[in-house]
Amino acid sequence: MSNTTTLTLRINDEDVTVAFPTHHTLLEVLREECRLTGTKHGCELGECGTCTVLVDGKPMLSCLVLAAEMDGHEIRTVEGMMIGNTLHPLQQAFADLGAAQCGYCTPGILMAAEALLEANPDPTREQIQEALAGNLCRCTGYIKILEAVEWAAATQRGEDTPPAKESIYGSPHAATKGE
Amino acid sequence: MKRREAIDKLTGREAYIDDIAIAGVWWGCTVRSAVPRGRIRDIRFGAEIDWSEFVVVDHRDLPGPNQVAMIENDQPVLASDRVRHIHEAVLLLAHPDRDRLREARRAIHIEIDEEPAIFDYRVPPPADTVQHGGDNVFKRVRIDKGDVDAALVAADHVVEGVYETGAQEHVYLENQGMVGYVEDGVVTVKGSMQCPYYIHAALRHALARADNEVRVIQAATGGGFGGKEDYPSVLALHAALLALKAERPVKILYDRDEDMAATTKRHPARVRHRTGVTSQGRIVAQDIEVLLDGGAYVTLSPVVLSRGVIHASGPYHCDNVRVEGRAVLTNAVPFGAFRGFGAPQTIFACERHMDVIADELGMCPLGLRRKNLIQDGQSTSTGQVIRDGTDRIEILDRAVRDAEFHQREAADRAFNSTHPYLRRATGIATFYHGAGFTGAGETYLDSRAQVVGLATGEVEIRTANVEMGQGALTTFVKIVAEKLAVEPDRIRVAEVDTFHVPNSGPTVASRTSMIVGRLLERGCDALCATLGGDWTGDKFERELLRWHAEHPGQELIAEVRYEPPPGVEWDDERYEGSAYGTFAWATYAAHVEVDLRTFGVRLLDFVAVQDVGTVLDEVLAAGQVQGGVVQGVGWALMEECQFVDGAMANHNLTNYSIPSSDDVPPVRVVFYETPYAHGAQGAKGIGELPMDGAAPAIVNAVARATGARPAVVPLTPEVLMRVMGSA
Amino acid sequence: MTILLPGTLTDAYRMLSDDPDVTPVAGGTDLFAHWPENRVKQSTTYLDLSGLAELRSMRWTKSELVLGALTTYWDVVTDARVAAEFPNLVTAARQVGAVQIQARGTWAGNIVNASPAADGVPVLLAYDATVRLGSRDGVEDIPLDEFYLDYKKMRRRPDQLVTEIRIPRRTYQRAWFEKVGPRKSQAITKVGVAVTVAGETWRIAANSVAPTVCRCPALERYCAAVAGAKGQPLTSPSDLLPAIRSDVSPIDDIRSTAEYREQVLARILFHALNDAGV
Repeated sequence: MSNTTTLTLRINDEDVTVAFPTHHTLLEVLREECRLTGTKHGCELGECGTCTVLVDGKPMLSCLVLAAEMDGHEIRTVEGMMIGNTLHPLQQAFADLGAAQCGYCTPGILMAAEALLEANPDPTREQIQEALAGNLCRCTGYIKILEAVEWAAATQRGEDTPPAKESIYGSPHAATKGE
Repeated sequence: MKRREAIDKLTGREAYIDDIAIAGVWWGCTVRSAVPRGRIRDIRFGAEIDWSEFVVVDHRDLPGPNQVAMIENDQPVLASDRVRHIHEAVLLLAHPDRDRLREARRAIHIEIDEEPAIFDYRVPPPADTVQHGGDNVFKRVRIDKGDVDAALVAADHVVEGVYETGAQEHVYLENQGMVGYVEDGVVTVKGSMQCPYYIHAALRHALARADNEVRVIQAATGGGFGGKEDYPSVLALHAALLALKAERPVKILYDRDEDMAATTKRHPARVRHRTGVTSQGRIVAQDIEVLLDGGAYVTLSPVVLSRGVIHASGPYHCDNVRVEGRAVLTNAVPFGAFRGFGAPQTIFACERHMDVIADELGMCPLGLRRKNLIQDGQSTSTGQVIRDGTDRIEILDRAVRDAEFHQREAADRAFNSTHPYLRRATGIATFYHGAGFTGAGETYLDSRAQVVGLATGEVEIRTANVEMGQGALTTFVKIVAEKLAVEPDRIRVAEVDTFHVPNSGPTVASRTSMIVGRLLERGCDALCATLGGDWTGDKFERELLRWHAEHPGQELIAEVRYEPPPGVEWDDERYEGSAYGTFAWATYAAHVEVDLRTFGVRLLDFVAVQDVGTVLDEVLAAGQVQGGVVQGVGWALMEECQFVDGAMANHNLTNYSIPSSDDVPPVRVVFYETPYAHGAQGAKGIGELPMDGAAPAIVNAVARATGARPAVVPLTPEVLMRVMGSA
Repeated sequence: MTILLPGTLTDAYRMLSDDPDVTPVAGGTDLFAHWPENRVKQSTTYLDLSGLAELRSMRWTKSELVLGALTTYWDVVTDARVAAEFPNLVTAARQVGAVQIQARGTWAGNIVNASPAADGVPVLLAYDATVRLGSRDGVEDIPLDEFYLDYKKMRRRPDQLVTEIRIPRRTYQRAWFEKVGPRKSQAITKVGVAVTVAGETWRIAANSVAPTVCRCPALERYCAAVAGAKGQPLTSPSDLLPAIRSDVSPIDDIRSTAEYREQVLARILFHALNDAGV
């Protein structure tokens, strides 16, 4: 049980050689050995999604994967999301629309959203909901998160129209919106 | 203005307590009771563990009284001779290795001689289960307005109903966590929390230390919702005790299982209504009984009951109201604060009952509400005269318009008559929520806040109110920036650290923006007064720099104290007077689809219209409403705490489901803004209001869609199946 | 606790035959749940298959779709050919947990984990899938329908590994799958049912209503008879209850009630048959 594995992990385009207890999860090794604490611990059960990272571009729960299994795989975490000093369009949209509240679910959601937009640059609302259904959020009610992913997708497609605000909320002075 | 800490949260840099590395830290854990009530006979330490590697703390290690300081000091920090609920903390362990710690916890056996316990709060306790006073009643509250009995006799109709609501788990995404350490003789705790000064008081009391010998620092907090109001006092004491004995920092992080099993939940409640109405639908008498399950210790039950009772009669005018409330002991894990604080329970009952009354009278539920909604000049059940200029009828009408209530009613009728198994309808709820502490609570709190003019020309805000996702940090900066007409980046917010910030009260009760925000505005005024004028913008900064030039090395601190608004008076004996400085008002509408194959309920649309006074930040405010509504959706339909012997059996996120992104409808939010003279910029409280309205709107919709009369939340498919009598 | 990481299938077979208590892992989305707590209380040896390239492929033969033991739900969700020929596989895969679980969890792991609520198994049963077991001694094919013996008991010797799931290619007139859980995604099934119809042959398999995921032969006969106009036409869901009661034995547990499971199974089938004009 106390045997140790030494492995060179490919994390955020960098090779990191780490020694860790063989039975430790990727989540533990990222947070403890690699000090990449942006990936969060939420339920150790694969239910909440806060530990989501990308493995070879696919969203996975780092609490349900052993670090020892990661030889030869590309791992991405929220720390690798910025492009130089520039926010990723998803980060920018989340900031602009207030889609991060307490922030604890945010890194995992960003990872799941990034994988979605990588595979599908123009997702529908339903596709976004399905892609993020494994990431629980207790603050936002999800609406702003869905809006932010839509906006980020639009930005990445080169569109610059912000989402219609009235679809989210209205003031009493605005005309009643019919359907 | 963007959320102040957004970039840190979006890049993974925000440091929650789990993320903060501390040199030499040991890990702490809690050994708990496995039985609901009994006398501790023996504690056995398994021989397979080398206990000399561990620090073990029990009740004998407490320097002061073995009590968690709260309303009544009845809860021990660590059980000494008896336990009153499953998961009650008995021992604490610390070790440098977390796996070894887990092994050790499994090797400890606490032997308890069981005693009779009580789990059903609705039945009178058998004599051998009485554990508090003579009858297990923690608190009684009574409101008496007019002559209810006479009015019931005179009424054309009397409509009765019994409504029950279940416990709810907070599911903040960040579990509870705290580190304790001793630094220069000061016992310090740092962690996830809503109320640093509650913890401060609890540490002082049980550790028998002076004010300046304990220190509480908030770390980034991943959601609270009330769950980090009272419980962190217990956790902080545990971390501090371990740190004192281990003579090194000790961190306790709950995993999800332990967090859900051992920490507080929303109080289960049963509410009975007996309502006298005229044939035209005028409510002439409300006779209401509120009963809360308090769990094994008093914690915050008396004040949760108080808020529940005051909100029980709804946003309606009635001359004859009687509300009798009780919170009682059971041997369940104690219940505690949860967003809404008693009001969601009683508002669910009231609003569901309104639809039942409309049914009985053959009236439209909208018309019944329009007829009875409180008007300016009329009074609430406590006799508080409402004169705030809010157009409550317009709020209702706006929700009806935006939800297309009437158009959809026709379309749904056609749909329902042809679809083999789907049934649709819209339901509404009208409600209110009192902002700030109940009664004289704010006066007792005696909150203080500081606005500090720094030598750099910047301004620093010092309060004990925390950012936990709701946007307090951003809102405070905005309030001060707008008051002084300076750029937000010229404003700093002091870390919430009891060594540096005054006690501005807890971050609860929808009070932060309204009350503490107002203190900050007054703090700005006080600062300017010191600077000799009503300065703003560049002029302000110049004057500030000039003051520092003239007073080198000095601090310019403007501190203000809470002052109750004029005319706010409360009689706590008779439960009469101004229960709250002000109320926020709302109507919510839910459009649902019930699947008669599965008895599942899907939300198609949701409209939330409210008047919360001036909206300080549209994005943050909408976030509060949408988040609160979805939390309400969960409580209404799926979040079921299943108790076995007073402990949650489904204490994990597999078997306790909260809504995911797939379950939410559009939540369309509309704000009316009638300013409140005593809130920051005219703001009223907003945080809790949205939790109140979703459940009754949804269950009313389900009732309209199916013709059944559900009276329970959570209305799980299994419960709806029973209600519909299809079995 | 030990973790073995074999590099080849031969290594894996050897490790399995050396130690009968080894637990193979293909994905680990169930076995690794509660891992920090589990690893201190277990002395289990795990055989992690993730490095075995031989088990990764999903391939088509003339008569079968073959899912290698490391085929994930995600592999199926993103495969247009599977969607066209075996739509139930895609429908079911998309309802397993959420994307993160689908990307890691495997069909073979789902079978061997042997949960009565397994989401992948009803559709495989309704498609008449066969499980191929490999060991040092060679291969053995067992129809999935005969694989489970009782709760968490199955016809896999400790030295055997599921290497493939083989699904016969047939023409189906109808195939559908319904999962009922506490919410839309990321949910454990309260009751689920997969149905296929090929000519006169009905296959109905249900989960969360018996100690194992199971075929429902009485329901299959009843539905085939009704569809062939040989029985009484259906008038209400309760017409199906006798057949349901002879096929399954739902229980009350933390996730639902026996009564609910039985009623909802009847209602889902009734309306599905109605929708299909049966």
